[in-house]
Amino acid sequence: MSQLMTSAAPHVHSGDSVQKNMLLVIIALLPAFAVSIVAFGWGALITTAISVVTCVLAEWCIAKYMLKQQPSLCDLSAVLTGLLLAMNLPSNLPWWMVILGAVFAIGIGKMVFGGIGQNVFNPALVGRVFLLISFPAAMTTWPVAKGFATRYLDAETAATPLSYMKHAVIENKQFELDSFLDSFLSCVPEHIMGGSMGEISALALLIGGLFLICMRVISWHIPVSVLGTIAVFTGILSACGIGSGPLTHLLTGGVMLGAIFMATDYVTSPMTAWGKIIFGVGIGVIVVVIRTWGSYPEGMSFAILIMNGCVPLLNRIAPKRFGEIAKK
Amino acid sequence: MKNTFCIGGVHPHDNKSYSAHKSIVEAPLPKQAVVLLAQHIGAPAQPVVAVGDKVQVGTLLAKAGGFVSAPVHSPVSGKVVKIDNVLDGQGAPAPAIFIDVEGDEWLPTIDRSKALVPECTLDPKDIIQKIQDAGIVGLGGACFPTHVKLMPPPGKKAEVLIVNGVECEPYLTNDHQLMLEHGEEIMIGIRIVMKALGVTRAIIGIEANKPDAIKHMSDLAARVLGIEVRALKVKYPQGGEKQLIDACIDRQVPSGALPIETGAVVDNVATLYAIYEAVQKNKPLISRVMTITGKHVKKPGNYLVRFGTPTSELVELVGGVPAHTGEVIAGGPMMGRSMSNIETAPTNKRMSALLFMPEDECYRPEPSPCIRCAKCVEACPMGLEPYLLSSMAKGEEWEEMEAHKVMDCIDCGSCVFTCPAHRPLLDGIRAGKGKVGAMIRERQAAAAKK
Repeated sequence: MSQLMTSAAPHVHSGDSVQKNMLLVIIALLPAFAVSIVAFGWGALITTAISVVTCVLAEWCIAKYMLKQQPSLCDLSAVLTGLLLAMNLPSNLPWWMVILGAVFAIGIGKMVFGGIGQNVFNPALVGRVFLLISFPAAMTTWPVAKGFATRYLDAETAATPLSYMKHAVIENKQFELDSFLDSFLSCVPEHIMGGSMGEISALALLIGGLFLICMRVISWHIPVSVLGTIAVFTGILSACGIGSGPLTHLLTGGVMLGAIFMATDYVTSPMTAWGKIIFGVGIGVIVVVIRTWGSYPEGMSFAILIMNGCVPLLNRIAPKRFGEIAKK
Repeated sequence: MKNTFCIGGVHPHDNKSYSAHKSIVEAPLPKQAVVLLAQHIGAPAQPVVAVGDKVQVGTLLAKAGGFVSAPVHSPVSGKVVKIDNVLDGQGAPAPAIFIDVEGDEWLPTIDRSKALVPECTLDPKDIIQKIQDAGIVGLGGACFPTHVKLMPPPGKKAEVLIVNGVECEPYLTNDHQLMLEHGEEIMIGIRIVMKALGVTRAIIGIEANKPDAIKHMSDLAARVLGIEVRALKVKYPQGGEKQLIDACIDRQVPSGALPIETGAVVDNVATLYAIYEAVQKNKPLISRVMTITGKHVKKPGNYLVRFGTPTSELVELVGGVPAHTGEVIAGGPMMGRSMSNIETAPTNKRMSALLFMPEDECYRPEPSPCIRCAKCVEACPMGLEPYLLSSMAKGEEWEEMEAHKVMDCIDCGSCVFTCPAHRPLLDGIRAGKGKVGAMIRERQAAAAKK
């Protein structure tokens, strides 16, 4: 019986894998992706395809030729980064900018740190912010949602509710959405707000978020603390006559996408329940500050990246230890 | 009311159906019994027989090697032929007494009848003495000498006896079956231990996946004052001493302290059955019920096995090693030890099960980098950070590991079970426990010198 294996306990495994988790996040993104196709037609498909393919190729090339590692594309993390990046872009962004953003996301956002699990900042957001700073005009020109009638490059463009919000603050007025329900549901093109591909339907994003929580891919702590903080903070501000009300803030821009999909990225979020809550509160506060007083209309990407930088510190918060409560 | 422990835990597939509800069958006597001298935590027992001696079932073979130790009795009758090393399940030499079996003669003092002996008139001191003399150790897995638990250190007082009928390890059904077949004896065992501890309350914790055992034990408990059955939510590692105390009485053993700190003493149902037999029937601990099981085992079941039986005879008993067996485990799949020797390794007090795992289920994917998903932190029932401890171990940061409570780790394996990157987190943590344990002992020795 010399061929018997021996190994240290435990001898069974839950069957969970990195690949499975990434796949579930991709599945959770599908409703929002579907809405963006309905809204922006070919542009959404083209931008997403370019982004995903570029991320995968970039990861493969860098791993193989620069880091001399075995490329680990099977874990689907590069596919997810590509998909998330696309969700954070306007659907009519020129193709070469998408490629540039994707290469930057994988190269500078992830691989320079040593690949999966090592990066400090969310790679997709690194790519997005790089594009936002380099090509501010292209990154803030949003196509009007007309379904497949929306043309990829020279589409009719429109401002987003967030830019109205910003102008309103500058002019010391308050802006509110006309119909919260429309912006919540937004699956009929005429009712869709302008914006990045993945941020137009709060409902689709929430469905994905609930799916992730039910499948135990993510815990509730980060989404709830981000959204809760934004609601409370903007509630107080709007009561004082500054800025828009909580619902307008929650349903516009990247808040839902950020709270549910970007801030919950495993690698760049804290490990313990309290760490996650503080992380979420920090994001909420920063995003409201940027939206209200900053020079950008939207601050979700910056807020998440700033809090990403705090994660090593937040990880010093120990989890609730067994036996701590009983000490008398 | 709370029905499980408060932090962490995992849900492995229970796989108990293969051997559940199979009546306990007595395994045939071995041709030669090889009785290990160290079948418990603590000092090994010291032989009191010599080569050539005739022994009966129940004859003392070796006396306890100290207070935290247990004597060993002969599980068979016959002649001592050798006192020598035998290879244990992991292939390491272990001192043992070899006895050639002749017939099945029992010491006349042992009551072998099936009649229940409900009343115990001994006083607490005599009960504990009898338990100590019978070589009884915790049969739930740790094999800690039971008499030590029954004598709380000065200043500490037991308030409640918690009876462990949880059996949270997948595949195992021996405790379940024992409760179904010997519930009355276990109840008497509980009353004896309650008397020994001077407590008036006992809680029997059983997981909800054993409804028949919960019903049976509840019916029996209804006739006795102070004993209640608690149906617990199925969650691993509920059978861990600290987790079970938390689940039953909502008190948590502080870090580094003994369970008695909460006023609870925990004993496994199999231990209580052994206590009944020792105190009421004068029968020392010479056998135990083992689950022999696996997905492709021909005759899986619950077997009453005398200690010292070579593993090969158990393998034969269940129809041989199934085809495509990858790993054979002594104990359950979460905490059991994989065996390299399934020929001569003798059964002992520690061996609660023999489990044949199919090849495809033992295959482990290569570990990939940690993605910091925090699932190990969520799963850890002690509230530790396995990912962090494991990386600290790599950097040999032992002091840091101590500060992060590595000594609280109960080795349950929930972190490794749950890790999506298949990282062997426990390897580093176990190394850390060894190092930090040694550091603490050194410090204590240095402090004692001053």
